[in-house]
Amino acid sequence: MNIIVCAKQVVDVSEMKVDPNTKKPILQGVPQKISDIDKNAIEEAIKIKDKHGGKITVVTVGSSDAKEGIKELLAMGADEGVLISSPDKCDYRVVSSLLAEAIKKIGEYDIVLCGEASIDMFSGQVGPRLAGLLNMPQITYAQNVNAEKDKTVAVRNMGDKSVTTESSYPVLITVTKEINEPRLPSLMQILGAANKPINEWSADSLTKDLEPKVETLELKGIPMERKNIVYKDDVDDSVKKLVDSLAKEGVLR
Amino acid sequence: MVLVFSDNKNLSLELLNKGSELAKELGKNVTAVIVGKSDDALAKEYISHGADKVFIAETDIDSFKAEEYAGILEKVLKETGAEIVLVGSNKNGKDLASRLAGRLDAGCVIDCTNLYLKDKKLTVERVVYSGNAIAVEQFNSKPNIVTIPSKVFDPLAKDDKHTGDIVKKKFDVEKSASKVLKVQEMQTGDVNVEDAEIIVSCGRGFKSKDDIKLVSELAEVLKGKTVGCSRPIAADLKWLSEDHWIGLSGHKVKPKLYVAVGISGQIQHIAGMRDSSIIVAINKDPEALIFKSADYGIVGDLYEILPKLTNMVKEKMG
Repeated sequence: MNIIVCAKQVVDVSEMKVDPNTKKPILQGVPQKISDIDKNAIEEAIKIKDKHGGKITVVTVGSSDAKEGIKELLAMGADEGVLISSPDKCDYRVVSSLLAEAIKKIGEYDIVLCGEASIDMFSGQVGPRLAGLLNMPQITYAQNVNAEKDKTVAVRNMGDKSVTTESSYPVLITVTKEINEPRLPSLMQILGAANKPINEWSADSLTKDLEPKVETLELKGIPMERKNIVYKDDVDDSVKKLVDSLAKEGVLR
Repeated sequence: MVLVFSDNKNLSLELLNKGSELAKELGKNVTAVIVGKSDDALAKEYISHGADKVFIAETDIDSFKAEEYAGILEKVLKETGAEIVLVGSNKNGKDLASRLAGRLDAGCVIDCTNLYLKDKKLTVERVVYSGNAIAVEQFNSKPNIVTIPSKVFDPLAKDDKHTGDIVKKKFDVEKSASKVLKVQEMQTGDVNVEDAEIIVSCGRGFKSKDDIKLVSELAEVLKGKTVGCSRPIAADLKWLSEDHWIGLSGHKVKPKLYVAVGISGQIQHIAGMRDSSIIVAINKDPEALIFKSADYGIVGDLYEILPKLTNMVKEKMG
């Protein structure tokens, strides 16, 4: 079973700070990491490989910093990495086209796995968009995947419904955070990953057509004006003060 | 032309409001799409809520598959020459819009909370970085595909005098290799956090499932009766069903009063409740992030505070 996992290097949003004056996020100096749910995708790929054998290739569109992130995924159990240099101007169209071209270049694949969304942008666009580009069936929001020899059956979490879907190969699957617990690689695995290949492909070696269709004009801050009144002394006193405040706000009626 | 589609009727009605506004500004009309069985009553309802035209794409497809729906919308787009496509942002809608964008090699923005024309180009806003910022995005070529979550816009008032055409057309669609084996309704109560005026929410600070009754008791006396929760309670521990889950990947709420108990205040959770009028936080950790997003807070043990708070609210409200 040949599996391709698309992974994204993102800023660690939990480490992100907001400029107190402009309320805009400060992106500089924020640590980077592989998006959490993409690790669930790798974990699921490893489980499928354990069952059926085969090869796992990780594909990332990003800067050269992303190599460290790919190494971590190789340590977890992926066999080979592909890092595509990210063009200066990038939208979902550009990233998806690059991933699609890279997947075509890799050639042999039964399953393409993605996280349901990246933790920085949380669109969930890349998976189904890629499936559209490659014209293959898509199984999104999978919270359970049972890959058999000639077909896969997955349970999808659609919020108010749980939908069980079956597909032949090739198929694109996006997974949720709840599908598994990504493993932590051992020291031996981390050392071993140094010998696994990471191929670097330039964007324009894959396609010449790299015009974004959507342009980000601006990143605005979100004003969050709150009173921030915190009572922290005696519990009875605090509770009384809180109830008085809520009564004054007119929400106790 | 502006095209509107959702497999959810209410979402379609909400989208029609924004759709007709954009269409007017462009001097075009707005068309609602129905996929599946012909439904004249639904078509008329769309017309009375602003649709200038309803396009019924008749098919024998019985269950939703993004592959096949995208195939149909691709043909409807070709037929109508639509420039802007608004899709309701439930999970089906996001899957469909993204796949359609891939098929058409078009620009696509998911979960837009604001849309307008700037320099005659469709410009949209969406929340990014777990609710820490708003990205302003502009389309530079057509068609433009966007998805819009529920409750961002209100439906237009019903106007039975508004007229529109109903067009029906049969479509053959390339069938997907995937097959829906089973659809199961998730276990849900009568909870609707998105419409609640008062919500009391619980998080990881609770030690056991039984303790959640402390939250329901407070919700009860506040006459809100609605219990919410953060991701771990619904997704990991499954102490409450997912219709209680408030956050970026759960429900987005805007009640008059939101009480967060034992919730640390991860930005993913804040993203789901930041539009609440008054936010109250109860947490034992004085450094908890939740206090930064709260109007009022109490630092302390929720097991001590909640029963006292419930009693005092009861007294106050008589």
